[in-house]
Amino acid sequence: MSKLDKKNAAWIYEKMNDIRNFEDEVHRIFTSGEIPGFVHLYAGEEAVATGVCAHLTDADYITSTHRGHGHCIAKGCDLNGMMAEIFGKETGLCKGKGGSMHIADIDKGMLGANGMVGGGFPIAVGAGLRNKYLKTDNVVVCFFGDGAANEGTFHEGINLAAIWKLPVIFVCENNLFAEATPQSYSSASKTIAQRGIAYDIPGVSVDGMDLKEVYKTAGEAIDRARKGDGPTIIECLTYRKYGHFEGDEQKYKAKEGLEKERADLDCIQLFREEAIASKLLTKEQADGIEANSVKAIAKAIQFAQESPIPRPEALYEDVYAD
Amino acid sequence: MTRKITFMKAINEAMDQSMERDERVILLGEDIAGGATIEHLGNEGAWGGVFGVTKGLVEKYGRERVIDTPISEMGYMGAAVGAAATGLRPVPELMFNDFIGFCFDTLLAQGSKMRYMFGGKARIPLTVRTCHGAGASAAAQHSGSYYGLLGSIPGIKVVVPSNAYDAKGLLNAAIEDDNIVMFFEDKTLYGIKEEVPEEYYTVEIGKAKVKKTGTDLTIVTIGKMLYVALEVAEKLETDGVNVEVIDLVTVAPWDQETIINSVKKTGRLIIIDEANPHNNTATDISSVVADKGFDYLDGPIKCICAPNTPVPFASNLEKLYIPNADKVFDLAHELIADLKKS
Ligand SMILES: Cc1ncc(C[n+]2csc(CCOP(=O)(O)OP(=O)(O)O)c2C)c(N)n1
Ligand SMILES: [Mg+2]
Repeated sequence: MSKLDKKNAAWIYEKMNDIRNFEDEVHRIFTSGEIPGFVHLYAGEEAVATGVCAHLTDADYITSTHRGHGHCIAKGCDLNGMMAEIFGKETGLCKGKGGSMHIADIDKGMLGANGMVGGGFPIAVGAGLRNKYLKTDNVVVCFFGDGAANEGTFHEGINLAAIWKLPVIFVCENNLFAEATPQSYSSASKTIAQRGIAYDIPGVSVDGMDLKEVYKTAGEAIDRARKGDGPTIIECLTYRKYGHFEGDEQKYKAKEGLEKERADLDCIQLFREEAIASKLLTKEQADGIEANSVKAIAKAIQFAQESPIPRPEALYEDVYAD
Repeated sequence: MTRKITFMKAINEAMDQSMERDERVILLGEDIAGGATIEHLGNEGAWGGVFGVTKGLVEKYGRERVIDTPISEMGYMGAAVGAAATGLRPVPELMFNDFIGFCFDTLLAQGSKMRYMFGGKARIPLTVRTCHGAGASAAAQHSGSYYGLLGSIPGIKVVVPSNAYDAKGLLNAAIEDDNIVMFFEDKTLYGIKEEVPEEYYTVEIGKAKVKKTGTDLTIVTIGKMLYVALEVAEKLETDGVNVEVIDLVTVAPWDQETIINSVKKTGRLIIIDEANPHNNTATDISSVVADKGFDYLDGPIKCICAPNTPVPFASNLEKLYIPNADKVFDLAHELIADLKKS
C-alpha cells in the first residue's frame, strides 16, 4: 500500500476541494432553477470517496450511488463533462442523456452513479468476476449508503463476492440516514461492518470524517483484494452537509447532541489542519489548491452554460450497440 | 359547489377515508411518514412520502398503521402480499414504478397467482400505489411508464387516473377490491387542482370514460394523455372534425365494450400511450379492435407512444419523448383525409 505522502496528500486535498466546491455550486445553481430534476449532493462526505479512490487507477472500477458526484470526481472524471451532464448538455459525460443520477465514465473505471438504491452491489461483483477471470490484479470498489444495505442485493452481492473470493471492496457511507429514516431504525444489526461476520469476511468501521483513517483502512483492504484474498466491508461514519436531495427540509436532523457534533465536523478542514501539522502540505500549497479548485469549478460551470443542448436525433441513439 | 383540491390531496383523502372506514387498511413504504424512532419528531412525519402524498396520515393513524420500511422493496412488498392473503388490506407504496424490478417476484410469481394456484381459496386485497411518467427531469430510472407491463399479468388489475376526481374514487375502489390493484399516479399531475367531493365515493374499476362524444374519430388515452387528446379534439373541431375522446381509466382489464362501441360509430381509432411502443396497452387495444372490430374500421389503427428508448434527461429530449398534440394532430389528419374529401 502506498503511504500517505506529500504527493497523494496534495491530490487528495485537491479532490476534496473540487467535490465541495462542485457541490456547493450545484446547490446554488439548483436553487436558481437552472438545473432540473433530482440532485443528491455529496458535500460533507469527501474524505470517503477521496481516501478510497486515492488507491485506485483507471483500470480499477467503482460503482456509485444516487449521491455520485463525489465518487466521479475522486475517480478522475472530467469536471467540465460532469457539470455539463448535470445541466443536460450535449458535451456532458453521458451526452446529457443521463443527468446527475447517472453520471458515468467507463474509460475512467466509473461504472455509473445509480438511481436504483442497491443497484451497484451485483454490478461490482460482476466487474470483480471479470478482474479475477482475466487474472488481473485490479479491484472494484462498491460505494453504497447505509440505507442501501437493507436491499437484498447487498446480501446476495456480498455472499457471491465472498464465496468466489472476488477483489471487491464494499464501502458503506453511513451518514446515519436514508432519506428521512435513521439507520438505527432500519437495520437490525447495529453496524454494517458487523455483517461481515455472516459472510466470513472482514468488516471494519472507521471514522469517515478522518481522511487518514479512511485512507489507511481502504489501502489495506485493497491490498488484500489485489492479492486475491477476497472482499472486505468498510463502514465509514460520515454525515451529509445538505438534505437528502435539494429541497429537503431536513426536519429529521438533530439540533443538538452527538449527531449535531458530528454534523459540525468538516472533514476537509480537519484534513487541512492535520496535513499541515504533519508536513504533508504547506499552508501556501493548501491555499493554492483551494484557489485553483474554485477556478476549476467556475470554469466547469461556464463550460456547461455555454454548451449546446443535445441534437433532437440523440433521443433515438445509443439504445442498441451497432 | 364542491371544493377544489389537488390530485395529490385527492389520493391522500382516499387513503385517509379508507383507513377511517376499515382498520384492516395499513400503509407501508419508504419514508411515507419519515423520521421513524426520531425522538424530537415522535408521531410527526418528517416527509409524508417523497412528494408528500401521505402527509398527515401518520399523525392521524400512528406509526402502527403508517409504517416506514427500510429500503427493502422485495421485503415489504412480499410482506404486503402475505398480510393481504391473511386478511389485512395493505396499501404499500412503491416510490417510483421504475423500482418494480426490486420487488417483481412478489407480484409476478406470488400475489397474482395465489388465488388461482390455491383453487380459488385465497383473496389478495392489496393496493399498490406507485408513480410513473416522464416530464419531471427525473431521468431514465425514475420516469418510465410501466402500467402495461403489470397489466399483462393475469390476476392483477391496473388503474391510471387522469384527474383528481377519478384518483380519489378509484383508490377507494381499489382498496375495497379483493384483488391486487396497481394504482399508477402520474407525478406530473400531482399539482393539478379540481373539484372533488368531500364524502367517500368510489369510481368503478374496469370502466372507461367517454370524455367527449364524437362521430368521426375515436381517440383513446391513458392517464395524462387525455389532455393531449382533448387539445387535438378542440383543434380538429374547428376543421369540422368531430372527435370522441375516451379515457381508458383502467388498463387491466380494459373496457373493450366502450371502445368497440365507439369505433362502431367513428370507424377510426387512435390510441395514445406514454409507455414504450411495443407490447404495451396501445398495441393490445389495437390488436383486440383489429380482431373484434375489423368490420367497423375505415382505416388503420394508429398508436402514438413514447419511442423505443429509455427516458432521456436533457429537457429538450424529454419533451420530444412524450407524445404531444402536434404528433397526434398530424396522424389524425392522415386518418381523416378521406372524410374531408367526401
Ligand atoms: C430501489 C430503490 N429504492 C428506493 C429508492 C429511493 N431512494 C433514493 S435515495 C434513498 C435513500 C438512500 O439512502 P442511503 O443508501 O443511506 O444513501 P444516502 O442517500 O444516505 O447517501 C432512497 C430510499 C431508489 N432510488 N431506489
Ligand atoms: Mg445514508
